[in-house]
Amino acid sequence: MSAAPRRNLAGALILGIPILWILVFMLLPYGIIVTYSFWIKKYPSFMPAFQLGNYVTLFTDPQYLQVMARTLKISTLVSLCSFALAYPFAYYLVFRCRSQALRTWLYMAVIAPLWVSYLLRAYVWKTILGTEGILNSFLISTGIIAEPSPVFLYNQFAMVVTLTYIFIPFMVMPIYTALEKIPRNLSEASADLGMGPWRTFLHVTLPLSMPGVAAGFTLTFCLSFGDFVAPFLVGGPDGNLVANVIATQFGAALNWPLGSALAIVMLIIVLSIVSLSDRLESRGNGGEF
Amino acid sequence: MTASSNAPGLVSRYGADTAFMTFVALLMGFLYVPIWVLIAFSFNDSRSLTWPLSGFTLDWYRTLWANGDIQAAVGNSFYVATFSTLLTLLVGVPAALALNKFHFPGKTMFRRLILLPITLPGIVTGISMLNMFRLFGFNLSLETVILGHATALLGIVVTQVFARLQRLPKSLEEASSDLGANPLRTFFYITLPNIRSAIIGAGLLSFVLSFDEIPVTFFLTGRDNTLPMYIYSTLRRGVTPEINAVGTLIVLASLILIILAVIVTRERER
Repeated sequence: MSAAPRRNLAGALILGIPILWILVFMLLPYGIIVTYSFWIKKYPSFMPAFQLGNYVTLFTDPQYLQVMARTLKISTLVSLCSFALAYPFAYYLVFRCRSQALRTWLYMAVIAPLWVSYLLRAYVWKTILGTEGILNSFLISTGIIAEPSPVFLYNQFAMVVTLTYIFIPFMVMPIYTALEKIPRNLSEASADLGMGPWRTFLHVTLPLSMPGVAAGFTLTFCLSFGDFVAPFLVGGPDGNLVANVIATQFGAALNWPLGSALAIVMLIIVLSIVSLSDRLESRGNGGEF
Repeated sequence: MTASSNAPGLVSRYGADTAFMTFVALLMGFLYVPIWVLIAFSFNDSRSLTWPLSGFTLDWYRTLWANGDIQAAVGNSFYVATFSTLLTLLVGVPAALALNKFHFPGKTMFRRLILLPITLPGIVTGISMLNMFRLFGFNLSLETVILGHATALLGIVVTQVFARLQRLPKSLEEASSDLGANPLRTFFYITLPNIRSAIIGAGLLSFVLSFDEIPVTFFLTGRDNTLPMYIYSTLRRGVTPEINAVGTLIVLASLILIILAVIVTRERER
């Protein structure tokens, strides 16, 4: 066949370009930060070495442990809040909403904010929650409170609200996809067999939608885990997350080896969550995003 | 239906519907009230962002118009978003084709790596590429930002194009090659027209995401600021209605792009 060599060439290009890109712009840079993470900070620069001191610091110094615990807590809370909002919404769209047009509109309405600048969506919460902010002045003007309350901004509550606001589309999309794939006759069969709506939901719908839930948790958790803009805007002095600490190591603190080690820790956490949820998803074979 | 034949079932169903409706309305409020707040305060004639609104003004838009830094930043953002979208399509579309068509050793690994930047926080992409550029002695510039964005957005293009490819019947390409078309012709006459709207959709989304990207840009930019980086650095000095005005314009631009994306997808479904 004369087409065979040409097909091979096209194939080599199709596969070669992305592989080259992955090698040069992903694997090589990751390799470099792995290497740096073993180096030692030595004023004014760094010294090549092979030691685990940076990792030991990260896992023994209470300062870093605290930041990591806080980050885990915040991203867990964000995932849970997004789930609590997204699941009933997606369920309503797929099973309860009878108008196709309304369903499309509502789905679009939740996804659309993804197209609106992420920075602005974080910024607007700063203007709403601040001491001089819109919520406070609104509450004062309606007489609910007498003077501005500082409880809304610069704390973990503000971070959870802001990050949930930003990342909720990533929870809705996979859950919606998973629910849509469930054949309708399953819940009808379950009802015919005498199961009430709640039992049908708990024993049929919820288990079948788990791949979507897993995908949603993965996305919202990982995205909020690595965020450094929302903490900067609404987190306040005690609101630093891991990503802020990494940024500081590469900026003011000028400790690239430690920052690299922290980035590696983050990379490993994300990779393990992704492969865990991959396993969950391939069992259920759902969630395409 | 059994549910509608007995009265208590009907009542509880009606109650559940009302509860769901209320919930959906509240969720929409949560999502959209902040955006309206952003817009409303860009027209408010007071420097402080407090309720109630005091009066209407276009001053904040006038100061924007006179601000050269913002104009430069917008220009930079367009430059970065355009080229990173082109690059990421150039790499992402072949990757999606390869994932759809070929079986090769290490395919799972390949898929995982290429999709990784979707879940991987931008900061890891940013600092790892920063380290590499520094190591090889490249100066940071808008061009390094473009490379960073193209890498970070790759996963988005691949998922969208791959999903479309999966829905294409294999018989189309087989028929084409049975009729004697070589793979290249088959690609340009059969595959490409069928995935065109997915490519355009992915391109639009990449453009938007690149336009307001921060974490990667933060580490990879040199002296030039993109628009979100400019806003970010202004925010260090506090909040001002000018930012609301920029924000309103960005919301408007996003709206136009969303409508464009919907039209493109509709066209495909016809």
